[in-house]
This record gives sequence, structure tokens and C-alpha cells, in this order.
Amino acid sequence: MSAAVDTPFFYFPVARLLRIALTRFIVRRIFFALVLLAAVSLFTYLLFALLPTDPAALTCGKNCKPELIAANRVRLGYDKPIYEQYWQFVRGIFAGRTYGSGDIAFKCPAPSLGYSFNQHECVSTLIGKTFPVTAYLSLGSFVLWMLLGVGTGIIAALHRGKWQDRLTSLVTSIGVSLPTFYVGLLVLFSVVIWLQWLPFPHYASPTDNLHDFLTAMILPWITLAVLSAASYTRLTRNGVLEAMNEDFVRFGVAKGLKNRTVMRKYVLRAALIPIVTIAGLDFAALLGGAIVTESVFSLPGMGRLAIRSVTDSDLPVLVGTTLVAAVFIVMANAIVDIIYGVLDPRVRLK
Amino acid sequence: MESTPLLSVNNLCVEFSTPDGIVHAVNDVSFSIEAGKTLGIVGESGSGKSVTASSILKLNSGVTASTSGSILFKGDNILGADDKKIRQLRGSEIAMIFQDPLSALNPYYTVGHQIIEAYKVHHRGVKKPEARKVALEMLRRVGIPNPEARIDEFPHQFSGGMRQRIVIATALINSPKLLIADEPTTALDVTVQAQILDLMKDIQKENGMAIILITHDLGVVAETCDDVAVMYGGRIVEKTSVNELFTTPTHPYSFGLLGAVRSLDKSARGSLRTIAGAPPSLLHLPSGCSFMPRCVFANDGHSKCSSIVPELELVPSTHSLSACHLRKDALQKLTTKDLL
Amino acid sequence: MSSEVLLEGKNLVKHFPHGTKGLMSKPDGLVQAVDGVNIVLRKGQTLGIVGESGCGKSTLARVLARLIEPTSGSIFLEGQDITHVGGKDLQLLRRDIQMIFQDPFSSLNPRHSVGEIIASPLRIQKIVPKGGEKPRVQELMDLVGLNPEHYNRYPHEFSGGQRQRIGIARALALNPKVIVADEPVSALDVSIQAQILNLLEQLQHDLGLSYVFIAHDLSVVRHIADEVAVMYLGKIVELAQPTGLYSSPAHPYSKALLSAVPLAEPRSTHMRGRIVLEGDVPSPINPPIGCRFAARCWKAQDICRAQEPPLGPAKSLLKSEDSLVACHFPENSN
Repeated sequence: MSAAVDTPFFYFPVARLLRIALTRFIVRRIFFALVLLAAVSLFTYLLFALLPTDPAALTCGKNCKPELIAANRVRLGYDKPIYEQYWQFVRGIFAGRTYGSGDIAFKCPAPSLGYSFNQHECVSTLIGKTFPVTAYLSLGSFVLWMLLGVGTGIIAALHRGKWQDRLTSLVTSIGVSLPTFYVGLLVLFSVVIWLQWLPFPHYASPTDNLHDFLTAMILPWITLAVLSAASYTRLTRNGVLEAMNEDFVRFGVAKGLKNRTVMRKYVLRAALIPIVTIAGLDFAALLGGAIVTESVFSLPGMGRLAIRSVTDSDLPVLVGTTLVAAVFIVMANAIVDIIYGVLDPRVRLK
Repeated sequence: MESTPLLSVNNLCVEFSTPDGIVHAVNDVSFSIEAGKTLGIVGESGSGKSVTASSILKLNSGVTASTSGSILFKGDNILGADDKKIRQLRGSEIAMIFQDPLSALNPYYTVGHQIIEAYKVHHRGVKKPEARKVALEMLRRVGIPNPEARIDEFPHQFSGGMRQRIVIATALINSPKLLIADEPTTALDVTVQAQILDLMKDIQKENGMAIILITHDLGVVAETCDDVAVMYGGRIVEKTSVNELFTTPTHPYSFGLLGAVRSLDKSARGSLRTIAGAPPSLLHLPSGCSFMPRCVFANDGHSKCSSIVPELELVPSTHSLSACHLRKDALQKLTTKDLL
Repeated sequence: MSSEVLLEGKNLVKHFPHGTKGLMSKPDGLVQAVDGVNIVLRKGQTLGIVGESGCGKSTLARVLARLIEPTSGSIFLEGQDITHVGGKDLQLLRRDIQMIFQDPFSSLNPRHSVGEIIASPLRIQKIVPKGGEKPRVQELMDLVGLNPEHYNRYPHEFSGGQRQRIGIARALALNPKVIVADEPVSALDVSIQAQILNLLEQLQHDLGLSYVFIAHDLSVVRHIADEVAVMYLGKIVELAQPTGLYSSPAHPYSKALLSAVPLAEPRSTHMRGRIVLEGDVPSPINPPIGCRFAARCWKAQDICRAQEPPLGPAKSLLKSEDSLVACHFPENSN
């Protein structure tokens, strides 16, 4: 086997000059991400702070005495001006926050995103409990949809015009048009109720009960994967076809390289870069809570938490989940940009 | 002196299937080239010159409907050869470079990596440091200043002229016997073009390489080629030596082309010589001579021109081959004076 | 020879910010695309501007057509200062200065029919020609050699040469005084080039147009221009009439440029003293002090590297008084 075939999948550059440009590029990206994060937190907080509802009034149920509301308002700091509320909020993220004083004081340790009266828990605890579910869901679907989507896309591109391509086109058209809840319910109904191949999904953490975990997750994984794969199949197919037409691919073939080598080092390298970056963003969006899927399959994830907080008007939880979702998107953007800079040397000048 | 040609293309026909129908890109093309010589293939867009060149190494883009004829390289027919054989030839005995140096190099790998890659494909088992030495020497040879530093840079860090030099370095690293250059200088500035053409000629003198140069620029042909084939509508319409083409062209198309180019070089103002009309569509080639609709010499009385495709035949008292029914009559009137 | 001055550019400078420095993407330098250019276009004449990539000719074309504003300097059309006009005045200016572009494939909107493309300047300017829009458009199509019945066809149905004709018809729609043509025939086959050049000359004769003609092809410019300006790295290095320039260029760069052009002549008749320049055309970012060509010039002396030569009259018997050259040691000087 010649050494040319043994080179690793991605050839990373070693020249000193380039490292400098790359480092500058990375530092610039991180810096902007931090600035953006600060702006996002401010914006999110203001969004909810400026709502016409009185947050203190939401802290206890229907039969609330005005004195309790007033007391809660002080305890939670809602009587202070907005900028001070925001400042307390930001401080809470880094240093934890104490609500109230004296005997009835309670503390939410850092990062404190607020306190939910409906559920009598620190918001960060709630998020901490539900986030792993969303994470498992997102990760599993991500891996599945990338393998399925990119794989079928490459096959469709290589067999352009033939039946593999046409079939894929048909299936993806359908996949792209179907809404998540429909597919989810359809899958749930057919597999669990009609065919009875699986029991009704009941989530358990993988460390507690691996069997329950897998039976609960497999259907939502497949649902999300199939739907997302549809768009990625098309993206990949078009990207690969375009890359195959590039001049440098032809030049690579003219060197006498094997088709597989050309495919790997030239075609896929060019085609997959934009796809990987889009996938990163989609994954981050999913981390913010796959609301519909979690509801259909009764998964106790962040999405379900967010929905419940809307119906319960639980403002602090809403602020918390929105902020967490936003953070993921900002981070994903920065990471994806950096990955792009690593993979495509032309971008590093910016 | 009859020596076996290095490459001999015989009756090559290439057709592409497109949604609009079959495109007859190359129709019955034959030519040959010997070691150390330069053959120019001249034509405008749609003449089939690029497809002819890329067919030699099976580098056609697009879906080929059919290819027929034979391509003999050192006596072996490589037209129907299997993929393995063709891959062995590519980059080792026969190399090809394309027009646009800005897009010919893979933007994701360093220049050194790409040259070494071309070397390693045909020199298995060579260790990296040695291959790198070979690449550095090649970069030096093609005139890249400070090659030790620049070998690890990416294509986008070089100018157009430099990139074409790198392309040439990549193509010639395995000392091919034949270089096929498809419009190698069209996208370059004229001063850079002069450098690149000089470089190619230099290397040719050194290793006796044969060059097939595809171009639309008659000036480039005049400067660099020994023999010329003029293509129109997928066919060769004139085949001759360079000197003969520029003193006595024997086909109305060559005549028109030279006229257009030369009248441009004259200093006087006034109407330029043109060839009326436009090149034919390769989807629907006219019956008979494909140049007839634009030919100033054809008239309808000559029913041959519109019904029978002319074959390449020797024009008496010249060494040129011309595919024209009228070569004996009207063309005898052509003299150098007519072209100026 | 001395007809009135129609378009004049004085000390035109156009710089573009370039690159990033530090974290905040501050520009790292300036691309000095056009760096102090004076040009004069007389009525009914063609000014040719010739040069290689990076010399600034395309930028100069865009500045003259007022598609972009110069960083400094001024432009006058028939004596009026049009350097910084904007808004409505700029829209009116478009009726006087029009542009033809290089690429016949990307300069026409593929979703518009030919008729729409040619009519669009009229529509944008809200002009309804006497007799109607369609007849005027068809008149223009006929003028440029297109079949007026193809009014409803789309660009992809035409060949490259025909598309360029469409572009010319569009430029003529508003009866402009000046047409700035940016490499209008570079993308065309040789036999078609000749047709388009003939057309442009005929239109100039019939309609009294004045052209600023940008090209990298010296033969094309030599044929069509009354005066030729050779540009290098943002500056004009020589300005002369074609006959004088091509028979005895004064600036070393012009000489090298001309000698590099391959001629379609049998080799035995060549009298070549080809000058092959070293290296590449340098970048217009951070150009050197002194003469910008000094680094590649075979007769550069110390003064060349220290002091930039001004564009002054070429003291040569072979040239008319209008010739200018920017060189400390021009060729053929007495």
C-alpha cells in the first residue's frame, strides 16, 4: 500500500506561518462569541422583563393573598429597577443567588438562572435534570441523521439519474414536507400500539436502566433522524455533484489517482465542509430543546420543560431555558466558524 | 525520415448525451505527434479541440454516449483501455494541464502536498523526505522563488502565473513523454504568458517531451508549435506545418481566421476582416461541410459543399492537408498578399 | 485633432481597504487600485486603456462611469463636476455615461427577456420614447445587428457574440454621450471579436459616440483607439497615439508588453527582441516608493528607485507633442 493512500482523512497543515493566521482567526472568533453571549443574555432578560405580566403575581397560584405577592416581589428582587434586576441576574449566573433573607432565605448555587415557584426548584436544577435527556436525544439523532443523510446523498450523487437517485429524490421530498409531530405520532402508533414491537416509551437514565433508556429513545431517534436526513441527503447530493465538476478534481484524476482517493481528498473534502458547518448549527438548535418530539414521546427533556413553563406562566424557567438554548447557538456558531477555518485555508484571512 | 509517432489518434469520434440530444463533439479526427515536437490544435469555442485533448486520457467531463476510433500511444491502443491502465499512464507517461490555474489546484492542501502526491502515485514506496526533495527541485526548476518556504503554502497564496508554474511542476514531476496543455496561458497576463511558454519550451528541449498545445490564439501557435491542426465543428479542417499555415493557409476557415487576426494587427483603422455568422451547434451539424454557411468561397452552384462532408486531403504543391472541396480551384488564388 | 474635451479625470485616486489586523478587523493596508490618474476623452474619439491584471484599469473604468466614487480627485463631464453627484443628479448622469461589460454571460439577467433587458434603462429613467417602447427597442436591436423579432427570447438562447450585442443595445438605449467599455471583446472568439469591433466603430461613426475602451489585448486597442494609455500598478506610464506607441514605445514597460505579444506570423519573419520580464506583476497593496516598475525594469538606476518619474512629454521626434511618458530614462529619447 503506498503511503499516499495511508494519509489520514483530514490532512492538517503544519506550516508555522499558517498556524499564526489560524490562531488569530480562532481568537477573533472566540472574542466575538463572548461579546455576543453578553448581548444575548441582556436581550433575553429584557425580553421577559418587559412583558406586561407582573412576575411576582405568578409566583403563587390562584388564591394568592396580596401580602404574599408583595413579599415575594421583594424577595425575588422584582421591586428594583430593571438594570439592577439584570445585574443581580448576571451576578447570580457566576456567584449563585440568595433569595430573601433570614430564616426563609434559600440559595440557588451558581449558575443561578432564577427560581421557579411553581415547581419549587432552582431553575438551574430543573435544567440540569432535563438537559441530559435532550442531550441524548440530540446526540443520537445527530449521529443517525448524518450517517443516513450524507451516506444516501453520496450514493445518489454517484448514481446520478439512475434509480437510486430518483428514489432518494422522491423519499426526501416526502421527508422534507412532513411535520415532526405527524411522523412521531405515526411511528409511535404503528410500532408501539399496532405492531406492539416495543413497549410504551418510559424514560430512564442510561445508568439506571439501560434497557428502558434504549426502548424509550429509539423511536424518537429514528423520527428525528429520518426527517433531518431528508434535507441533508439533498444537500450532500448537490454538494458532491458540484464538487465533482470542479477543475481541481479533474486535475487530481489527471495525476493518476484512484477514484476513491479523489473522492476522499478532493470531492468530499470540498463538498462536506459546508455541510458539516450547517450540521453543527442544526445540532445546536436541537440542544435547545426538541419540543415537539419530546412531547410526542413523553421524554422529560428541556423542550418539555419549556412548554410546561409556557402553559404554567413560569417566567424564570422560560428565561432560563431560552438563555441556555441561545448560548448553545452562539457557541455552535463560533465552533462551526473555527472548524470551517481549520478545514478551508482560504477562510483564515478573515 | 519516417519514425513511429509517439501518439497517433485515428478516426476519433466522441459523442455526448445531453438532455437536448446527442452532441457530436469530435467527428473523425486523426493526427499524430512525434517525440520532441509541438503540435498545436487551434479552434474557437465549439470546435471540439478540448474534448479531443481530454479524450486521450479519458478525462472528459460529462456523460460520454460513445467513443470510437483508436488512440495509439507507443503502439498500444489506449482508447478502450481499462481504468487501471489509464491511471498508470496519467501523470506518468502522459500528463495534462488545464486552462484555469486559479481553480486547477486543490485549495485544501498545500502546494507541496499536491506535488508530492503526484510523485508518489507513480513511485510507490518512496519516503516522504525524498519525495519532498524531488518536489523542491521541481519548484526551483519552474522558477518559484524561495521554494523551501513556499512549498508549505496554499494555492490561494500564489498569483496566477505562479500557480500555473506549480501546475506545470505537478504535471512534469514524473518526466512524462507527452504533455497535453489545454489553453495553458489563456487566463494569464501577456507578460506572464511569455514566461510560461518559454518555460515549457525550455523543459521540452531538456527532456525531449512532446507537447500537444490546445489554443485559440494563433499568435501562440506561431511562436511555439511545429505543426498545426485547425479544428472546426468537431473536425480537423486543415493540418500542416506552422510555417505553411501562416504563409499559405489552404482552408477558407484558416484563411478567415488569419485574416481576422492579422487585420487587427494592422495599424490602419477601418473595417476588420471577419467571418460572418457563428460556429455551428454540435447538436445539429449541417449536412455537408460544416463551414459552408460562413464560407466566402462556397456558392450554391457547388452542390458538393452542402451535401458531402469533405475529407482531409493533400493540397497539391504543398505539404498541407485540407478538408475542402474547393482547395484546387478557389484557393489557388490565395496568396500571402491577400491576407494583409 | 483637437475636438472639445468631453470627459476629464484629474488626479483620480481610488483606494480600497484590505486585510485585517489585530482582533477588530481593522484594514491592514490599502489596495491602491488607481493612484493619481489624469485622463482626457475628446468628443467622438476613443481612448484606449491597456494594462495587465492589477494595473487598475477596471477600477478606473468604474470610477469614470461613476459606478463608484473616487477616493480623491475629480471628474468633469462637459465641464461639469460630476465627482460627487448623488441621488437624482446621478440618475440623470446615467443618461450620459453608460457601460458595457466584459462577460456576456453574467452581465445579462437570465430571467429577463431580451426586450426587457434593452428596455430596462428606459423604464428605470421613466422615459417613454416617442412611438412607444417596443419600436425603440426593436430599432436598437436592428442597430446592433440582432433580429428584432427575437424580442421575447431569453439570453441563454443567444451566442456569446449576440449577447454582447444585447449589452451594447442596452447601453445605447438612453443615447449616451460616453460609453465606457470594460474589456467588451475579451471573452469572445476571434472571428466574433472582429464583428463586434466593427459594430462599435460603425456605431461611433453613425451616432457620434465617444468611447473609453479598456482592454488587456494590445491588438484590439491599437485598432480601435485614437489615443492609448498604458497603465501599470495604478498609474499611467505612457500616453500616446497608437501608431507612435506601437512602433516605438517610450516606456520600458510598454516595450516589454508589446514584445510579449505573440504575433500570428511565420517565425522566420519575426524580428523579435523579446523582453521577458522577471517575476510577477506586483500587488497594488503597498506599492514601492519611486518608480513602480523599477523592480522589474532592466535599466533601472538609483534615481528610479528613489524618485517617482512624473508623467511628462516624451521628447522624441517620432512622436507628436501629445505623447506623455513617466520614466527617467525613456526609450528613443534624444
